[in-house]
Amino acid sequence: MSYKVTEEGNVSTVFLNGEIDMDVTEKAKEVILPIVESGKEVHLNLKDVSYMDSSGISVLIESHQKALEHNTKVIVKEVSKSVLKVIMMAKLEQILNLE
Amino acid sequence: MNIEESKDFLVSTASLKEVRTFSREVFEKINLPQDQKDELVLAIAEAAQNIVKHAYKDIAETSDRMEIKISLKDSDLEIGFFDKGKAVIPENIQHRKLDDIKPGGLGTFFIKQIMDAAVFKKDQKEWVNHLVLTKKI
Repeated sequence: MSYKVTEEGNVSTVFLNGEIDMDVTEKAKEVILPIVESGKEVHLNLKDVSYMDSSGISVLIESHQKALEHNTKVIVKEVSKSVLKVIMMAKLEQILNLE
Repeated sequence: MNIEESKDFLVSTASLKEVRTFSREVFEKINLPQDQKDELVLAIAEAAQNIVKHAYKDIAETSDRMEIKISLKDSDLEIGFFDKGKAVIPENIQHRKLDDIKPGGLGTFFIKQIMDAAVFKKDQKEWVNHLVLTKKI
């Protein structure tokens, strides 16, 4: 997994790339959670994420819940077809902010 | 078409990518819709992850290996997982309720969604755990 972060005003966009599994979830959390905890709105762009398992889904849930604690939000954007399928299998499409 | 292929992997999160690669290579030989192949790879990866996460819980590093065997006989797909970690008590395996939104607990749910059955067998003397996932394809 690789990533890129861009900032514009109070919005940070995290572009994740590659496959998100248990081996990289700590790295993903280290990138995303501090931004959420700073109170910024986070846009998670998943267009280049080709695979995500339950560990990756846990990162999305934890990010979403952490954002609620800090009165901000995480918006999941441009979800690839394969990742959307996993999100839907977990019945999270109504819980996560998907755009 | 009948297939039987197996491969062993170091019990480590770093092996999960290799597990997916092996699974994808096997499923490339089977005529199935890509969506179904992707689901099967996810189920296998989740089961392998469970070995690392649960059977080897609290073991930071090990040289143990786990084996994955994919067999297809006619339309019966069987995927075996063999490990030497802590013995699994099948009755204790439960996925979280889907409306209890929290990180974790989804891997087993995904496996149950994708496969027809998941059964732990006690038929291997040289292994501690033997999980068998089956699906009619």
